[in-house]
This record gives sequence, structure tokens and C-alpha cells, in this order.
Amino acid sequence: MGCGVTKSNHLHKHTTSSGRAVTTIRAAILIQRWYRQYVARTEMRRRYTWNIFQSIEYSGEQAQIKLYNFLGYLMDNFTPSSNERNLISHIFRENEVCRDAEWERYFCYKNIEVPEIYSGPHLTFPLTVEEAVGLVEAFRNKKQLHSRYVLQLLLETWKLLRMFPNINRISTCHSKEITICGDLHGQLEDLLLIFYKNGMPSLEKPYVFNGDFVDRGRDSIEILLILFAFLLVYPSNVYLNRGNHEDHIVNLRYGFTKEVLNKYKMHGKRILKLLQKIFSWLPLATVIDQKVLVLHGGISDSTDLGVLARVDRHIYISALRPPKKRHHSLAGISIDSDADVDTAAISRVFQRRASFTYPKPMGTRYCFQNRSLQDFSDRIRVNMENQLELSRREEPTLNTQINKPEQESLCLSTDSVSSDNTVDEWKQILDLLWSDPMTQDGCIPNEVRGGGCYWGPDVTEDFLNRHNLQLIIRSHECKQEGYEFCHNRKVLTLFSASNYYDVGSNRGAYVKLGPDLVPYLIQYQASSMTRELTVRQSVGRTERSALRVLREQLFAHKSDLLCAFRKFDSENKGLLSLNDWASAVESVMHLDLPWRMLRSQLVTCKNSEGTIDYYEWFNELAITGSKTDHIDQSLLEMLYRHRSTLETIFRIVDTDNSGFISMQDFRQTWKLLSVYLKMEITDEAISDLAVTIDSNHDGSIDIDEFMEAFRLTDKKSRLERGRSMFMGTASDLTKLEGDPNI
Amino acid sequence: MAENSKSAEATVLNTKVLKKLKGAFQAFDTKSDNTVDIKEIGTIFYSLGFFPTQADLQKFTSEVEDERSGYIHWDRFLPAMTKVLLEDKFPPISDELLLQAFEVLDKEKRGYLEPEELTNYMTKEGEPFTQEEMDEMLTAFTDEEKKHIYYKDVIPHLTLERKM
Repeated sequence: MGCGVTKSNHLHKHTTSSGRAVTTIRAAILIQRWYRQYVARTEMRRRYTWNIFQSIEYSGEQAQIKLYNFLGYLMDNFTPSSNERNLISHIFRENEVCRDAEWERYFCYKNIEVPEIYSGPHLTFPLTVEEAVGLVEAFRNKKQLHSRYVLQLLLETWKLLRMFPNINRISTCHSKEITICGDLHGQLEDLLLIFYKNGMPSLEKPYVFNGDFVDRGRDSIEILLILFAFLLVYPSNVYLNRGNHEDHIVNLRYGFTKEVLNKYKMHGKRILKLLQKIFSWLPLATVIDQKVLVLHGGISDSTDLGVLARVDRHIYISALRPPKKRHHSLAGISIDSDADVDTAAISRVFQRRASFTYPKPMGTRYCFQNRSLQDFSDRIRVNMENQLELSRREEPTLNTQINKPEQESLCLSTDSVSSDNTVDEWKQILDLLWSDPMTQDGCIPNEVRGGGCYWGPDVTEDFLNRHNLQLIIRSHECKQEGYEFCHNRKVLTLFSASNYYDVGSNRGAYVKLGPDLVPYLIQYQASSMTRELTVRQSVGRTERSALRVLREQLFAHKSDLLCAFRKFDSENKGLLSLNDWASAVESVMHLDLPWRMLRSQLVTCKNSEGTIDYYEWFNELAITGSKTDHIDQSLLEMLYRHRSTLETIFRIVDTDNSGFISMQDFRQTWKLLSVYLKMEITDEAISDLAVTIDSNHDGSIDIDEFMEAFRLTDKKSRLERGRSMFMGTASDLTKLEGDPNI
Repeated sequence: MAENSKSAEATVLNTKVLKKLKGAFQAFDTKSDNTVDIKEIGTIFYSLGFFPTQADLQKFTSEVEDERSGYIHWDRFLPAMTKVLLEDKFPPISDELLLQAFEVLDKEKRGYLEPEELTNYMTKEGEPFTQEEMDEMLTAFTDEEKKHIYYKDVIPHLTLERKM
């Protein structure tokens, strides 16, 4: 029918009824054709909008790992007394080996009084079902749990978790259907929606929660408290798997730390410390009916459930760093260091093409000279170049490297056997929490995220056979429909945070598994906003957010882009063809986006011949404002690019979690940053920055205000996620700030 | 745009156009092996600014598909696409034409269509919509208050520029 239509531009109207019927049909076809084209284009836009968010999200994760490695290096190379070390040492003081009794005393809640006017829920222990359900209701009504009860709840949870094995084993006997949920990321609305649709956990309704309960959303602590409460009430019916965000290092960047400190001004630090331990005690995986494996990230070609079952999981407080043991140096000083662990191997585990490696100090492990940050930056430069040279020559892959004998003969570890084991165990856990599936066969390092692997269908096949399993259910990646099968339907990705990137960006889903072990999927989308939006509207809104975020990223890389453009523009005309522009942009940004398609949205100034005037384009992108005009543009650009890192460092430096840092510390922070970024920041430039923000000259700087002054954070939206103005954000937390009762 | 030649395969497209085709193709080459799923052919066409009908797509697909594998290789895609470009096979639908089409359906010339009417046409005539497609169209087009589809207003909002 369609092919028979002529290309004429007129629909001839006939007066005969049969003629009219033909015309009607042709009209209908035309409209259908046109509409389908429109929908397909919308789908394209949705897809690349997705890619934008995802690329930026993952590169943020990678940035966090790099930062952590860098800080670790600093730790090992400064004397214990140096100022810089003190600034950051407390985030590494994680593995102090203490007796349990000491911990119990530290977290003692008994002295905390609950005042009469407290209107939130009260808990008694042992916890009852009614109290757990009551907790859900209270949170639904925006109440906050008093810190006394929080600490008590966490203590009980910790005691319980210690008794669980690394791998939970459950069964669907008694015709029970098991419900499995993926990432929740602090989105309480989604958890409430799941409970509403599916019912709360009970003896008849077992649940598995597959990690990433916290970060990004604004109700992470509430979600944790609910999950823990049900865990306490139904220890044989609620199963929690650890996710890569159940990690205090990741939490520093992604909002959980901030959320807790804001909601619990007095006891937040203690709560966070206790949570560090709890996270490390979360089980690593769950196996259902010995056939279905549920874990957060995925597997690699070296994943071995036997090894994972035997590890001491709680010594891996953060998956980003191997466990440290107390070590006595030659000088007799007791220090925290990872001398027992093969640091060269570690650096190879984290080695990536373009990332900052964890450089080996050149034979100075036991030699602590007092160094200034300036000497330090030179060292890093040298080490970096050496490392990159080495890696370029070697072309490392994770697997070969771990077993290769050491090439740099600097490591003086005498305990090499146990250290190899530790690194291997650590790698297993890292892979489990951070890996993603890919379509090609094989297993390669996950360079995008900076941790774990990409694993292929052949690895899945082999793994399932070896362990006699039939399905892997994992989470870790946001999917538009809330779930996605891959690897011949042997791997199911499950994601339970709907509207993750923005309102209308994606659905959430959960899975029900009966004795037949056939996954039954239920999808949903939280928030009444989404139901009213048409496809077009929701894509449009998400797209605008994504593009805004992308424009900021482009601005942040202005210098590099300019360099790249000039390479293409040999005659220095200031003009580039569309193709050249796209190639140059990708070479700098490495986000693998369809730049040509995005061009019309990113570049509004355009010459008639289809060329782009890139200088004019930069003017378009520039961020200006009265407060920032006197600041050097390149510094501003740097601030922008690394704002997340900057904020993270600020929060680390802010040791009493007041939200303020002293001028002194402010300067130190900049010094740290300049070394990390290998960028010169003059004292004068730092003073300029300080002056901008310390308007009352009292010598202290409000971190939030600083970030906002440079439009580095936007109170009404989350830049990194491009959330729309309609959903609540961190500013809502300020409602509880003044409440002394919590 | 292209050099003249008897067979389309021998025709060389200029680099600019070639890059565009390649870009669109690669956007769907998820396995990075120079093939795309046949289900995506429609979307690729649309992203380049072409308006084939379903039948057109089926015909195109059957000519280039790799032995019913479900995938199309770049080597077969390119010559077929070149032909499409040369022959300007699937021209875009102008606003005027679209308006005329709606007016044909709006027999009483009211300036709008009722949802039931549109549904009837879209799901029974031509290359019928699925229920999902219909629901989506109605959600997008129906005026909230009057519950009518004022097609004259809808058309300019949704028409997109041709990319080629």
C-alpha cells in the first residue's frame, strides 16, 4: 500500500466515495509515516540524553578513585606531623584494629536523651514488626528518627551482620516467592512504591536488596534504617548485598556523608563511623536455590565463589583500597601503612591508560623526609611520566599483571605470599562490586568507572558452568526500563531507582522469583509528575538538563578544546567544519557521544557554510557573573571541571564537619589541589578566591557558599545528575537544621 | 552530491555525506562489529531525515539483511543507502502536505479531530498503529481541556528539521 503512493505533493480529492476512501487511506498513511518518524527521532534524543548522563556519572566515579589514590600516596609520603598529612589522615584511619568492646563504648547511645517534644518514632529493642512498619510510616510522613535510636538500631544491625556468611544462601521452598530489588540510591519514594505494590517484608514475603541503598537521593539514611529494621525483625527473610556505594570513600563525593551530617548535626560523625563498619560487614552476594546468583556489580573471569566465601569481608572497609595492617617501620615508629601489601601490584590493579596511577615512591618507603608540597609535585610529575612510560610499553591487563613477577624492584615486602593473597581477594571483591557486562567476549578492565571489569558472554557461560548456576541477577547500571537482560538472558540487570537521571528518565523495576526460578518483572515510576508528562515532554525536559550539564563540562575543558581546535584549524581562521569540530571535541572529552547530532543544541552561533566559529562559541559557553569577573578565566575553568573533587576535599578537610573551614585550611586545600592537578595556583589567586567568599573577614569560609558563589553548585538542581527543579533537593534538608532535638 | 554512474554501488559519495551516514550507522553498532540490528533501520533513516513507510523499510531491509541473521552489515548498508540518497526515495513530509492529510480526515472541517476518530483512522487504515503507538499519540496531541486534537496547532510544534 505504502509503495504505491506517488510522490506528488497534492492529495487529489475525488468526489466519488471510492476515491474518497483512497484519499483517506493515503492521508492516514502519510500521518502514520510522519508520526513514526517523529517518535523515532524522539527515541534517538532520549538515547543520547541517556548517554550524556551516564558518561558523566561514570567519569565522576573514576575521578573519585583517582582522588583517593592520590590522597593515599600523600599519606605515605608525608611525615606524621606534617600539616598536609593531618588534613587528610582521618579518612584513612579506617582500619584501626580495636576490640569490639571499645567500639561498643564509642558508639554508646545510652547517654543520648530523647526530649519530650520529639515527635518522631520511638523504638524499643528487640525490635517488633509494628515498630518497623511504624518506621516506614513515619518516614513517609517526613519524620526523622532520633539519633539515639539510630545508634541503637545500627549497633543491633552490626551485631547481627557479623553472624552472616559472605554469601547468603536462600531457597524458595514452601512455594515462597522471593522479591529482589536493585539500586535505590536514597530514593525513598521508590522503596515506598515497591512496598505499596508488593507488600512489606514478612515471613511470607522474603526480600533481597542488591546494594547501592545510599548516595545521590536525599533519603539514603531513611532507606538504610528501614532495611536494617526489617533485617532485625526478619533475619531469615531479608537479605542485603553490599553495593559499591556502601563505601565511605564513595559517600564523600556522592552525597551520603553530606546528608547524614546535615540531618544529624551532633552525632552524624559517630553514625557515619558506625556505618563504615556496618558496610564492611554487609554480605557480598546471595544465592537462591543454588541456581541464581544475586550480586551488585558482576563478575570477572577470575571470580571464584569459593574464595569469596572464605574472605574476611569486614577488613575491606572500602573496596577502593586494600586492607591495611599495623606496621612497625625500621625506625620503630608505629604507622598505618600498607607495607605488607604489594603496592606495585595494587598500582597495576588500578592502572589505566589515562588515569593517575598510584606511583611507587622511589625507594623511600622507610625514609621520611620532611617535604614541602612543592617538592612533592615535582616528584609526582616524574613518577607519573615513568609510570605512563612503563604502562605504555607493557600494555597491562589486569589478569596478567597480578601474577607477573615484579619488575620494579622497590617493594621490600617480606610477606609476599600473604600479600598476594590479599590482593587477589581484594580484586575479587572489587570486581564483584564494580564490574559491568559487555557484548563482546572476553574480560577487560573497566576503564570508564576506574574499578572492576567489563565481562563478556563467554565469561558468563564459563562462570555459570563452573559453579553450576543458571542466572546472574545484578544491578549497578541504570536501565531505561528498570531492567535489561543480556548474555543470552543469563544476566539480568535490575535497577530500582526510577527517574534516576531526571524526571521521566527511566522506570524502576523489581523481580519476583518463585520455585520455577523464572524471573517475573514488575516496573514502576515514582512521582506523580511523570504520569502527566507525554513522551515528548519528558524527553525534552531531561534533554535540557543533560545539555546544560554537557555545556558546563565543555566550558570546563575550554583550554584543551582550544588546543584541539587549533590543530584542525591550520590556517588559524577561527573556523571549523562540523566534522572537525566533532572530532576535536571527542578527542578532548572522551565521552563517546554523537557530537554531530548534538551540535545544533550546543552551538547556536553558526556560519552559513556549515562552519563553526569556535571563539564565538566559547563566548557563548562562558560563565560570568559579578562575583567572578575578577577571577582568572583559566582558574575558573579549572574550578568548574573539578568542582566535585574540590568539594570532596573541602569536606575531608572540614574535620569537625561544621561546614566551615579556616583560611589556613583553605589555603592548604588549594595547595593540595594544585599538586593533584599539576597546576600552578598562585598565592595571589588563592587570596582572590578567599576574598570573594569571606565577606565578613572572620577568617573562616562557608563551603556551600563558596561552591555557590562560583556557580559550582546550583541549589535547585543537582548538576551531576541534572535533576529537574521539580524534585526536592538538598536544600530541603535545611528545614531540619535548626532542630536541637535530633 | 554524487558522481554519475550506472550502478549505485560504484557511486562515490562525498566525504561529508559519507561521514554522516557512518555516524548514524555507528550510533547503533552496539557490538562494534560494523553491523546494526535490522530493527534499528527505521530509526537510522529517521535520524537522517528520511520518511519511509513501514513497507518501504521492509523492502529496504530485505534487500540488505545478512541472510536472515537479524543484522545488517555496513558493506551492504552503504550502497543501498547511496541509492536512497541518489533517488531521493523518502522525501520529508512538508507541513502543508500534513495539514492537507489531516483535513482529509476532518470531513466536517471543524479544525479538530475527536480522539475516537483519529484512533479509528490510525488503527484501522493504512499501516495501522499498535495500541501503544495510539496511546502515545493521543497523550501527545489531545488538548487537555477540550479533549480534541487541534491538528493545526500540533503540526508546527512537532515538525523537525531535516538533518541531511
